[in-house]
Amino acid sequence: MEVLRIATSGSVDDGKSTLIGRLLYDTNSIPQDKMEALHAASKRKGLDFTDLSLLTDGLVAEREQGITIDVAHIYFSTPTRKYIIADTPGHIEYTRNMVTGASNAQVSLILIDARRGIVEQTHRHFFIANLLRIPYLVVCVNKMDLVEYSEARFNQIVEDFQQMLDNAGFKGQEVKFIPISSLYGENVASRTGAITWYQGDTLLEYLEQVSFDHEDRLHPSRFPIQSVIRPRTTEYHDFRGFAGKVASGHFAVGDEVVSLPAGTKSRIKTIEQFEKQLTVAHARESVVITLEDEIDSSRGNMLVKSSEVPAQLKEVSAQICWMDQQKLVAGKTYLLQHGVNRVKAKVQQIHYVTDVTNHVQVTGKTEMGLNDIGKISLKTAAPVFADAYHINPANGAFILIDEFNNTTVAVGFIE
Amino acid sequence: MTHQINWEFPQALEDEAIYILRETVAQFEKPVLLFSGGKDSITLVRLAQKAFYPGKIPFALLHVDTGHNFPETIAFRDWLVNSLGLDIIVRNVQDSIDQGKVQEETGKYASRNALQTVTLLDAIEEGKFDACIGGARRDEEKARAKERIFSVRDEFGQWNAKMQRPELFDILNGKINIGENVRVFPISNWTELDVWNYIVREKLEIPSIYFSHEREIIERDGLYWPYSPFLNTTADEVPYRQKVRFRTVGDMTCTAAVISEADKLEDIIAEIMEAKISERGARIDDKRSEAAMEKRKQAGYF
Repeated sequence: MEVLRIATSGSVDDGKSTLIGRLLYDTNSIPQDKMEALHAASKRKGLDFTDLSLLTDGLVAEREQGITIDVAHIYFSTPTRKYIIADTPGHIEYTRNMVTGASNAQVSLILIDARRGIVEQTHRHFFIANLLRIPYLVVCVNKMDLVEYSEARFNQIVEDFQQMLDNAGFKGQEVKFIPISSLYGENVASRTGAITWYQGDTLLEYLEQVSFDHEDRLHPSRFPIQSVIRPRTTEYHDFRGFAGKVASGHFAVGDEVVSLPAGTKSRIKTIEQFEKQLTVAHARESVVITLEDEIDSSRGNMLVKSSEVPAQLKEVSAQICWMDQQKLVAGKTYLLQHGVNRVKAKVQQIHYVTDVTNHVQVTGKTEMGLNDIGKISLKTAAPVFADAYHINPANGAFILIDEFNNTTVAVGFIE
Repeated sequence: MTHQINWEFPQALEDEAIYILRETVAQFEKPVLLFSGGKDSITLVRLAQKAFYPGKIPFALLHVDTGHNFPETIAFRDWLVNSLGLDIIVRNVQDSIDQGKVQEETGKYASRNALQTVTLLDAIEEGKFDACIGGARRDEEKARAKERIFSVRDEFGQWNAKMQRPELFDILNGKINIGENVRVFPISNWTELDVWNYIVREKLEIPSIYFSHEREIIERDGLYWPYSPFLNTTADEVPYRQKVRFRTVGDMTCTAAVISEADKLEDIIAEIMEAKISERGARIDDKRSEAAMEKRKQAGYF
């Protein structure tokens, strides 16, 4: 069974939590005791309907304020698929949490309040989904019940959104527009008959048929080494295996590989998954690889196919999203973590900060603040074996870590 | 809408969990696996076995024994540790009580569930563990739904929900300051059904109380409580024998039973799919208030 990961984003009060509650409700995913707790909680709040949004807002502060602060992960499944929803905050000040939620998604679900149309946050959400190159975009125009299910209103919003798409950096996303009412369930998992002019898929129908992105299996083959397994027992006295998860592409027994940064060549002797011997390992599979020759490789090194050796970068240009209260300062040194490899990196230059609403690149900045997105260049103390994010996303992203307080301060996408 | 059962375990979840376990061992000096004897921690042991094979599991298990465990759970724990040759550290809540660090609760709802946090934090400090691997899942409860895979705790074991580190793609940042430690949750993205399907696929043994058996119970607040010397009962709460099983393994004072005839894994899974009560719905410790779990997490509970 495959797992489809979805990130939802929307503005304050555009009904994101209600939509998720509705998906769970309509797929029979809410146990009776939780449903009863919802009825009771809704009553206590003086509501005359069952507030499905109470399902997902998990923290006390969230329930008090009626907003989503942090990413919540929600699970449901149908007979064919397992779904993971990363429900992310709409508030501008929690944009970093939105990027966090979106980073593992194959589908980005953007919610628009039919009354308000495209707002500042829509621009930001779309910009991030586009920057992350999430392959599928579902735009749900919600609260259609509050605009009398108007087709003209829906078409206007689609047209406005189309303009954003025309300006997008990445044109390869599949975009689907659906008019919905999450409060009444229209076009979420079923049709209530309120909208007659839309004959397309409901949201759930669409999600059920989204084809899985196995494109990463066709990308250059990369195997970041997490650790070396050397049991030194009688039975496995000479065993020396490299443990890791294939980042992209695939490796087969007999393939000629190069270990980076040393550049030493060898061939794959075995690929092991616990007691099983495999002939090939694909992207995202955790395995142990042994080689024909004894070569010097350890954690942070990378095995690649000798026909697909990446550039070893000491100068990195990247789009980054800044995620910390303390500003990014040009000239400061951070730790750059690319996969499982950490190197020191100094910020050389801030090229520009993007005004995501107006698609304007503002130059001349010497610092970047919380939630800013822009382009910087870094110089690293040791080479990183990365690909450009647009060529191989699984090997093209990194994080920056503040050396003094150890927190994650940025995510970067290599250009 | 009736639910069709999908018996297939999503392999992506195992690959992800193994990756997380390997990162934990690589990034921390002294990890430990928090073992409760329940199905989630049994799953973790299996994943650890696979992650480092043909090497040994490179960390010990830590069990905080409240003294109110089901005897079946303790017997199972000892069997598992022996058969796999694992290292285990056991710390007792009774010791924390004897040291005067915590006080036994009184009344008919008395349980040692909240007390174990103190014993756990002491054990972490004493063992100098910088990473504690736990079997919590995000689908269990809404505060858990918000937790990161590497969840940083301060010196007091506290979780600050508003100050969580961003976690991007599969890049895990395990760098911490002195005094801090990290709770690691490799099966964050698994659901209860995923765990059961994994147990079936891997043919794992589990404690007998998960299967239908006859035992003495009492009824209280619409739930079936296992009758034991640890449970304070009132005069009108008369125990009787009933065929039941447990969906989670906690203390005998805070885990309610479900009436069930399911004595095979397949029947248990079928029952879960039809069940009207959520998994933690049978956890009396969660019923204390709507934010019970969030409060316990802030205090250092895992």
